[in-house]
Amino acid sequence: MKSLAELEEIRKKTLDQINLRTNSQDMRVVVGMATCGIAAGARPVMNAFVEELSKRNLSNVAVTMTGCIGICKLEPVVEIIDKDGGKVTYVKMTPEKVARVVAEHIVNGRVCAEYTIGEADK
Amino acid sequence: MQLYRAHVLVCGGTGCTSSNSNKIISELEAQIAQSGIQNEVKVVRTGCFGLCAEGPIIVVYPEGSMYTMVKVEDVKEIVEEHLVKGRIVKRLLPGGTGKDENASVEQNDFFAKQHRIALRNCGVINPESIDEYIAFDGYKALGKVLTQMTPKDVVDTIKSSGLRGRGGGGFPTGLKWEFAMKQEADQKYVCCNADEGDPGAFMDRSVLEGDPHSVIEAMAIAGYAIGSNQGFVYIRAEYPIAVKRLSIAIQQAKEYGILGNNIFGTDFNFDLEIRLGAGAFVCGEETALMTSIEGHRGEPRPRPPFPAVKGLWQKPTILNNVETYANIPQIILNGAEWFTSIGTEKSKGTKVFAVGGKINNTGLVEIPMGTTLREVIYDIGGGIPNGKKFKAAQTGGPSGGCIPASHIDTPIDYDSLIQLGSMMGSGGLIVMDEDTCMVDIAKFFLEFTVDESCGKCPPCRIGTKRMYEILERITEGKGEEGDIEKLETLAKNIKASALCGLGQTAPNPVLSTLRYFKDEYIEHVRDKKCSAGVCKSLMHFEIDAEKCKCCGICAKQCPVGAISGEKKVPYVIDQNKCIKCGVCVEKCPFKVISKKA
Repeated sequence: MKSLAELEEIRKKTLDQINLRTNSQDMRVVVGMATCGIAAGARPVMNAFVEELSKRNLSNVAVTMTGCIGICKLEPVVEIIDKDGGKVTYVKMTPEKVARVVAEHIVNGRVCAEYTIGEADK
Repeated sequence: MQLYRAHVLVCGGTGCTSSNSNKIISELEAQIAQSGIQNEVKVVRTGCFGLCAEGPIIVVYPEGSMYTMVKVEDVKEIVEEHLVKGRIVKRLLPGGTGKDENASVEQNDFFAKQHRIALRNCGVINPESIDEYIAFDGYKALGKVLTQMTPKDVVDTIKSSGLRGRGGGGFPTGLKWEFAMKQEADQKYVCCNADEGDPGAFMDRSVLEGDPHSVIEAMAIAGYAIGSNQGFVYIRAEYPIAVKRLSIAIQQAKEYGILGNNIFGTDFNFDLEIRLGAGAFVCGEETALMTSIEGHRGEPRPRPPFPAVKGLWQKPTILNNVETYANIPQIILNGAEWFTSIGTEKSKGTKVFAVGGKINNTGLVEIPMGTTLREVIYDIGGGIPNGKKFKAAQTGGPSGGCIPASHIDTPIDYDSLIQLGSMMGSGGLIVMDEDTCMVDIAKFFLEFTVDESCGKCPPCRIGTKRMYEILERITEGKGEEGDIEKLETLAKNIKASALCGLGQTAPNPVLSTLRYFKDEYIEHVRDKKCSAGVCKSLMHFEIDAEKCKCCGICAKQCPVGAISGEKKVPYVIDQNKCIKCGVCVEKCPFKVISKKA
């Protein structure tokens, strides 16, 4: 250890990996993982989120699971909840859609309207 | 970079390890692999969470769900339900309540009133990973000290923080450092006292097991402050997990260049070595500890000269306790003012207690100074099992004394405990309920000091033994008029004339129980009676003849054949044969046998 900068570098890198334990996440991605969700392909969707967030070093976003939300015909359902509790519900998700949701919604704060539950009903 | 969506933290402290947490970890890893989610979920072995009574403990993040008393068989359900499906396993939440309110660590009553400084990383990081320690600001304080502060700045910060020694004495840490800093010498030493010997105390062990790097960092800071390049940690060999994790931590710090030469590119050098103690209680006394490090038999020597003037190998030495050190990096990072905002006027900061005895939540708690005993026992500790009444609490182990129920609302700090005739001690807190005999407790602690007396000075070697003999006599119903006065005289003389802290404080348990529970002593001596029903010679067992159903089970179970009777004739205990083992009470299906004082 020759300098403080070196220490800071290790700190940042490791904090990204273990930030999950501090309850300081800015956003939560909640994937519906009941039987209906899993059957519709929720697992690859969730893995895609974890992978995409890793790639972009977004350690302040937690990926968690939940049970059946109730609209099984629209599975896989993913909800993105921000710090203030605001919620956006994405439906019929695929790993391909995930990349766009991460880039537009999570990074840039623009909701991908065409994937949301409101669009699906139209 | 590999990110995980969930971290499963499993307690690897001594308590949970002995209730099988290692097997739980391997089962978790196996089940996670079987579910194919090993790339999404990470398993981490941490230090003590503190709620030892409910161990083994598992915490799952990001939810922060805490599972208690987990068995190997439960692992499959946790993996399948929580980790695969995202459903919290309610039946494993604390207290088996199945209630969601207690689901996360932060919401749990046990943790809500605590303030964790020394234990901040315990149960949060992997103690065998220096990177995780660095992630939560580890070694930042050392960096700050070496690059921005002079040794005098460091000493002044510690002085104005008001930090006092957490090992028992409560001497101001900054003052100790200042004495050592001002000494002119070619060599100085920094020592850490990890020879935690009080029965029932495990604060220092848990810090070393859960966050060993904090002690290493603080010792390096101390080295810089007093001008020393060599440190020693004196730790008892009975703490294998703590020794192992500390060794790993020292190795990692050396690899990172945090120990060694030219730390952070400055001209400061510091090296650290471990010395194992064989478990003698007296080696927790500072002069005996240093004699032991030097390779001699662990015996104390008279003070002055104090260690800060002539310590290890006659060189200026500072010796602090593990918990004291664990506070140092936080004080440097957050400033003395932050630290003085916690606690009471003369006792700043927090104190870690190992809570044991007759209490529901046995475990490790860190509370701000000034918290009352009632809050510790009822709010954090969850009260006394089986609805029994609180009688007294012993603080300071064999050197301390008891606090009776009438003082349960006293704020806990150094000075109020001394006023009550006890002391802060290193942090053992043993809770006693109405079934505890205070004479027996005094005897227990005195027996410990008699055993552990090193034998160098006669007041301790002979005096404590004589006191013990008197107590033994009293508890056997052979107490004589004048015994209590004899105890008091002996106690006073030993306190005044023993060589070291061990001897000087050895009579404390007797003195404080005499102060608050003299009537119990008198009852033992004069009436040959033990109301609590603990002293075997002063009680007997009786079968209620009216309620006895004459089943004969007690007679079959009695190991000495002291019970006789037959069909339709109630059974009786022959008091001359009875050895008072209590088996009959346990085995009687109708609960008609009871203890009589």
